[in-house]
Amino acid sequence: MASQSTTRARRHGGPLVAVVDWIADLGGLVMNWMVGLGDVSQFFFRTLSWIFRRLPRRDTLLPNFYQIGVLSLPVVALTGTFIGMVLAVQSHSQFRLMNLETRLGAVINMSLVRELGPVLAATMLAGRVGSSMAAELGTMRVTEQIDALSSMGANPIHYLVVPRFLACLVLIPTLTIMADFMGVVGGATYSIYGLGIDSNHYWQNSQDYVGAFDLFSGVFKSLFFGAAIATVSCYRGFHCDPGAEGVGRAATSAFVISFVLILMLDFFLGVALDNVYMMIWPEGTRLI
Amino acid sequence: MDALPAQSKDSSRIARPLIELHSVDVAFARHPVLRDIDLTIPRGQTLAVIGESGCGKTVLLKTMIGLVRPARGKVIFDGKDLARLNDHELTHERTRFGFLFQGAALFDSMTVGQNVSFPLREHTQTSEQQIQELVLSRLAEVGLPESVVSKKPAELSGGMRKRVGLARALALNPELMLYDEPTTGLDPIMSDVINELMIRTRSQHPVTSVVVTHDMRTAQKVADRVIMVHPLSRLAPDEPQIIFDGPPDMIEQSSDPRVTQFVRGEAGERLMEMRKMADLRQAT
Repeated sequence: MASQSTTRARRHGGPLVAVVDWIADLGGLVMNWMVGLGDVSQFFFRTLSWIFRRLPRRDTLLPNFYQIGVLSLPVVALTGTFIGMVLAVQSHSQFRLMNLETRLGAVINMSLVRELGPVLAATMLAGRVGSSMAAELGTMRVTEQIDALSSMGANPIHYLVVPRFLACLVLIPTLTIMADFMGVVGGATYSIYGLGIDSNHYWQNSQDYVGAFDLFSGVFKSLFFGAAIATVSCYRGFHCDPGAEGVGRAATSAFVISFVLILMLDFFLGVALDNVYMMIWPEGTRLI
Repeated sequence: MDALPAQSKDSSRIARPLIELHSVDVAFARHPVLRDIDLTIPRGQTLAVIGESGCGKTVLLKTMIGLVRPARGKVIFDGKDLARLNDHELTHERTRFGFLFQGAALFDSMTVGQNVSFPLREHTQTSEQQIQELVLSRLAEVGLPESVVSKKPAELSGGMRKRVGLARALALNPELMLYDEPTTGLDPIMSDVINELMIRTRSQHPVTSVVVTHDMRTAQKVADRVIMVHPLSRLAPDEPQIIFDGPPDMIEQSSDPRVTQFVRGEAGERLMEMRKMADLRQAT
């Protein structure tokens, strides 16, 4: 309160002082970001160190695997199916103009396997599981359950974060493959039965242009998305502000930060994997 | 020949205080809560920490077992500086503590039985049958029937939750029991039940206890020694934060009016301050 009132008082000093204040505020903001980044990194490495030191018990791991993996399957499958069909609808009108409808399979499946499948599965996981993890851990923080764990000699990172982290990391590739598969099925069903595209050409083109590397790059990226979702969500829960408002804010920010991170990681990993692809196969494959 | 040094080592360990706080400062986001706290708690003592709400009693309790890290100073538990212990060592030392939290802090996702057996499963190799027996005996010690074992914490009353919390805290026979406002929010009869349980715990287990409370009845009934912590915001810069340290029967004879007002529950100067603030607000 005192610092706020001094800041306000300082701002009455003219335009130069206001500029200096603005720079100081910006500096403060950058400092806070850096401290936050350092905190999250430390949290991540402590989680990793516990994974290598001692794995959690089976009865702690399995409920998290069930909650994060099994219960996410239906929603990931459903959204995967629809995104495949939407891709078919949107691409068809453009490809028809160039008489390239039969290449639709390549476009839909390539987009799904490389980008939309992993990003969609990760987004659904961040929305369904990330915010719920942040809210659950936040409530545990507020009601002193995390302190109770520590006081009983159980490390909260080992007991609460490691099972969630492992569940996200191990199961997100499966969810991604599920989103890919359902998207491919959805896109093919609508293209073949709804738009009347010849199924032989559709699948032949898919086979020609979508390779194992595309599938690998999607699954590989999903590992990073899973780690990011678990780290950010658990961190936000652990550092939740007191009260119902604090828990709500932790849940919301867990999703927002995870989503932004998913897209940022997608970009950087996409560029990196593209370079790897070009190094291995300089000729590449051409759609047209 | 070997027995003598071992014996002297053991006797020096017994003579050593269980907890020592040396010049401890605690601050949250640069907001100081505790300043220059020096405190020694010998083995077997029951210490009551009293003081008005927000004075830092719970923070003091959490600092004693390393749940809150001091900004300055040392916390020594049984001769070991808690700040120097790594995660693994600290985890091991914490099996020697039992903590009854203000709201009991039972794990919502677990049943009462799973809550009480949690420390046993986490730290011992006890068989499932023995765990079940220990859980029932701990629950019986705090006066709870077998039927609560399968209930979730949300199905219990406040008093029952506190008693389950006590049973869980006692599961590993701790050397140090910490009670954070054990009677807050309970009716007078249930408060007395908890007080009696604290006394019974001490008589049944060789335990050192720290009880944070603002219930003078609890402090006078269970403690051997009382300290009163005053909020930093109401202290002069050079004043000590612990404004009373002595046996419970001496507290009413304290020469410090802040102590006697607290003990008698008199608003005193605080009411005047509140009126002044209200007048000032109206004037502005």
